[in-house]
Parts: sequence; structure tokens; C-alpha cells
Amino acid sequence: MIWLGIETSNAPLSIAVVKDGQVLIEIVQNLKLTHSVTVMPTIQELLEKVNLKPSDIDGIAVSEGPGSYTGLRIGVTVAKTIAWSLKKPVVGVSSLKVLAANAQLFNGIICSLFDARRQNVYAASYTENLSETVIEEQHISIDELLEKLKEMSKPVMFVGLDVAIFKEKIVECLGELAYFAPTSLQLPRASKLIELVQNEPLPSVEEIHSFVPKYHRIAQAEAEWIKEQKRGNQ
Amino acid sequence: MGEFTMKDTIILAIETSCDETAAAIIRNGTEIISNVVASQIESQKRFGGVVPEIASRHHVEQITIVIEEALEKANMQPSDLTAVAVTEGPGLVGALLIGINAAKAFAFVHNLPIIGVHHIAGHIYANALVQPMQFPLLALVVSGGHTELVLMKEHGSFEVIGETRDDAAGEAYDKVARVLNMPYPGGPHIDRLAHEADEAVEFPRAWLEDSYDFSFSGLKSAVINYKHNMDQRGEEINPAHVARGFQESVVEVLTTKTLRAAKEYNVKQVIAAGGVSANKGLRTSLEQVFEQEGIAFTVPPLKLCTDNAAMIGAAASYMYEAGVRGELSMNGVPGKELKSW
Ligand SMILES: Nc1ncnc2c1ncn2[C@@H]1O[C@H](COP(=O)(O)OP(=O)(O)OP(=O)(O)O)[C@@H](O)[C@H]1O
Ligand SMILES: [Mg+2]
Repeated sequence: MIWLGIETSNAPLSIAVVKDGQVLIEIVQNLKLTHSVTVMPTIQELLEKVNLKPSDIDGIAVSEGPGSYTGLRIGVTVAKTIAWSLKKPVVGVSSLKVLAANAQLFNGIICSLFDARRQNVYAASYTENLSETVIEEQHISIDELLEKLKEMSKPVMFVGLDVAIFKEKIVECLGELAYFAPTSLQLPRASKLIELVQNEPLPSVEEIHSFVPKYHRIAQAEAEWIKEQKRGNQ
Repeated sequence: MGEFTMKDTIILAIETSCDETAAAIIRNGTEIISNVVASQIESQKRFGGVVPEIASRHHVEQITIVIEEALEKANMQPSDLTAVAVTEGPGLVGALLIGINAAKAFAFVHNLPIIGVHHIAGHIYANALVQPMQFPLLALVVSGGHTELVLMKEHGSFEVIGETRDDAAGEAYDKVARVLNMPYPGGPHIDRLAHEADEAVEFPRAWLEDSYDFSFSGLKSAVINYKHNMDQRGEEINPAHVARGFQESVVEVLTTKTLRAAKEYNVKQVIAAGGVSANKGLRTSLEQVFEQEGIAFTVPPLKLCTDNAAMIGAAASYMYEAGVRGELSMNGVPGKELKSW
């Protein structure tokens, strides 16, 4: 089984090709280039390097969110269009879980996060080997997240490029319990995406059309519209 | 075998520049094999206009469905296609990116060339689906985001000789419609009301001297002021009279400038394009004037005036013949200029 992995949920880009559980090739880059420009040429280049044709792909794993709306849409659009064109399944994976997987050997809690501005983050937390989810992925204020982690009184490994933004706060709240992943583990890897799903049952190809990013937030205009409606109904 | 047969050029075209997710299949630049448009109007109506983030989200939901439907309606396989075309710009960047990335992924899997099309070139080439273009040609482009006069000396050559200095015609229609409490998009509603009216409120015309440029913001303000003054006096406005007065001003300016430019540049054909060219008043006025002048005039059928992918496929067919090819690194160009292919 040949998998193509696509990770564009935030600024870094990662593409991987995995065959029967073995990583054939993978690229991880942190160049802040536009995904729209880089994704397709990168997929083409990697497949060429490993001598595979698009039609050799049996499944596609893609980071489905949360993350940058535009980044998510580019990855999901490319993934679902390739999947639909080949009539092969596309599987979405939480972008927070993929990131946490980088530190899955940590004996304690693994917390992955992305900055969501105004002191908010998208975050989730797992136990060693991601065997359990202790904090479901959500849009949450950094203070609230740290409170939740503090209550668990366990060592916490923070993963993600955006962790640096909150480092002071984290140390202030968790002290000795706070650990920070080394830089080499802060970028999401598309091979991890595949690793997380390759042993799971595959969705059917009928589900490709309805596959969309998990934004975790409704659009602002829609939120305001709903508020208006409620006000109108009172 | 051995027999040489002319191969048809069959283009799958994709358009997602604003709030329609569209795909079409065009044969030899002239024949529409299928033309699918998934409109977001019902959703966007809630906001009184197009919200870019909502538009992008709907495009991701619809994109593969719409492409599949275009192929199915055409009864075609990807292997029947010659190339994939997609709107590269101008438009909403987040919306453009969905069509572009879907087009690139599809082209990559099926090993097809990809062609990036200018949205306004698309609107203009909707006319090539009606009748062959004769050059020099003058195009009056009137849409939600554009109002311009484009001179074409040959296929793929575009010279903008005049454009709006403020609002686009469609934008003015939509804003005036909002003042009159009509739903989005307001153009068709104003058009209908204007035709029902037996009288018109007199509004100004912006001539801008001998320039081929346009301006509609003064007209829009005049409508707003008129309503405001009536409100202050406690008088009811007659929306139909306002609609007719507004439309008369728009149509007269568009017609007069187009005619003057057509004569100055000695064009063989005049065409109208873009959403506002669906306007009954404008179509009738242009038809009459150019019939009198003996200059060929065409305007696309209504469903090819507003955004669609058939028009993108029509333009792309000529681009394909001219050897234009895009790359897998194609990006959305929200402010793309109209000069050449
Ligand atoms: N019958 C009509 N009379 C006047 N305006 C109309 C009519 N039908 C549609 N319109 C207007 O056409 C516009 C939509 O046209 P179109 O889809 O070409 O624009 P757009 O794609 O949003 O903008 P652009 O093509 O410049 O990027 C809207 O402003 C709408 O109100
Ligand atoms: Mg348009």
C-alpha cells in the first residue's frame, strides 16, 4: 500500500510517500512559502524521485485542522481532488495530533498547540504514545489551557513552533513540570500523518466529496449573523 | 489506424473566483458540452454580499462534486480531455486558490496541461461561444467588480481604454438595491422594477468629459440622498421610479461611451460581457444603437453573463491553440492585470 501524506495546516510544509509502512521519501520545510505554489510541484518531485506515478497512490492522508484556514483548504483541496481523481480514499488527521506524535515517546503529557491570536491557541493534549486524549482539541485561551494542565500535576512536553510565543507564561504556570520539545521536533511530518492512520479502517471513496477541513470555528460573519438571528427572535 | 484524424480540443474549465463554484467542458472553443454552476447566493444573501471566508468554505465543499457533474453530464472520461483550465485571477484570493489547486491536482493525476485564465478574458470570451469574434473588437465589460472598455486587435490582445474610477456598475446596482431594501444580488431586482415603472426619478450622469472612464459613486450617492431627503420629509419613495431613474442613467452612460469608442477605433464588432450585461435595459439599448450604426453587436445568453466556467473554457481554448501553458506552481493572482493571455 502506497500512501501520500500532505501537511499544510500552518506555515511549514511536509509531504511524504510511505510504502508498506516504510518511509520512502519525506520533505519537511519551514520556509514560509505559499503552499499554493509549493504543494503540487513538491508532490510531483517526490513521486518522481521514488519512481512512482500518481496512479500508484493507494491512499492519501492529510492534515485536516485546526490551523490556518487557507493552509488547511489548500491541503484538503489537493488531497480530495487527487483522491477523487484516483478513486482512492482520503483520510483526515488532526493537525495537533500529528504534531504531538513528534514527542510521542515522552513519559507524561504531550501538549501540541498553534497560536490563534489574542492569547488564544488551538491545543490538544495526549498521554504517552498518544494512547489517550486528555484535553480534546479546541480553541482555548492560553491561560485556561495552562490551568487545565496544571491540575493534572504531571510533566508536560510542549510541541509546536508557536510554543515559543508562550514560553514565559508556561514556565510561570507549570514551573518544573514544563518541558519543551527540541527544534527538530517542532515541525509536523507528513510521515507521521500516515503512521497515525495506516492501520485504521479506510473511509469509502463515496466520502471524498464531503471531506472538508475541521476549522474548529465558524466564520466570523456567520457567528455575527447567528447572533443577529437570536436577537431578532427575542 | 494510420488514418490521420484532426483531434478535437476538449477543455475542462474550473472557475471559483467569487461565489460560484463552476466547471464546464468545452469542445474546440465553441461548443458547450456541459456547464455546471453551484451558486452560493442562498448562503451569501444572509450577509448582504459575498463574505470571502464563507465563499472559500463553500468552494471546498462543492469543488469535486461540480467537476464530477461536468464530466458526467458531458459523458466524458478524464482521458477524453486535452487540457484543464482554471481562473487564475482577478478575484477573491482564498476562493481562487480552491479552483486552482483542484485544477492542478486533477491535471497532475491525469497528466494534462494546465492553463490559467484571466477572469475578465473569460467574460469576454463567453461571446466566442455565441459567434466568432471579429477584430478589431470592442468589449464593454460590466460586472460586479469591473466596468471597462477593452479594445482587442486580435485574440489574446487586450487594451483597456477606459475603466471605472470608483464603483463597478454591478457594485452600484447592488448598493442601490440595498438602499431599496432588496436582497443580494440586487442587479436583477432593479432591472425588473425598472421595467415595471411608468415614471423615472431623474438622476445625474457622470460623463467625465471625453474620457472613456466611468464613475458610478456619484450616482449611487444621488440615490441615497434622494431617499434620505424623502425620508426626512416623511414621504414614501417609489422604488420602481428610483430603479428606473438609476438604470436609465447607467444605461445611457454605458451606451454612449461604448458607441463613441466603437466609432473612434473603427471596430468590426462590439460585445458586452459580465453580470450586468444580463441587464434587459442595457442589452436593448446597445442592440438598438449598434443596429443603427451597422456595427455587429453580440451579448452572451443570460446564463453566460454571470460567472460560469464555460467562458473560462472558451478563452482557454484559444490560449491552448496559442501554445499558452501554466505550471504546477500556479498561484492565485487576485489583482491580475488584463493585457495579454
Ligand atoms: N439583470 C441585471 N441587471 C443589472 N445587474 C445585474 C443583472 N444580473 C446580474 N447583475 C449584476 O452582475 C453582478 C455579478 O456579475 P459577475 O458575476 O460577472 O460579477 P463578479 O464575478 O462578482 O465580478 P467580476 O467578474 O468583476 O470579478 C452583480 O453585481 C449583479 O447584481
Ligand atoms: Mg465575474
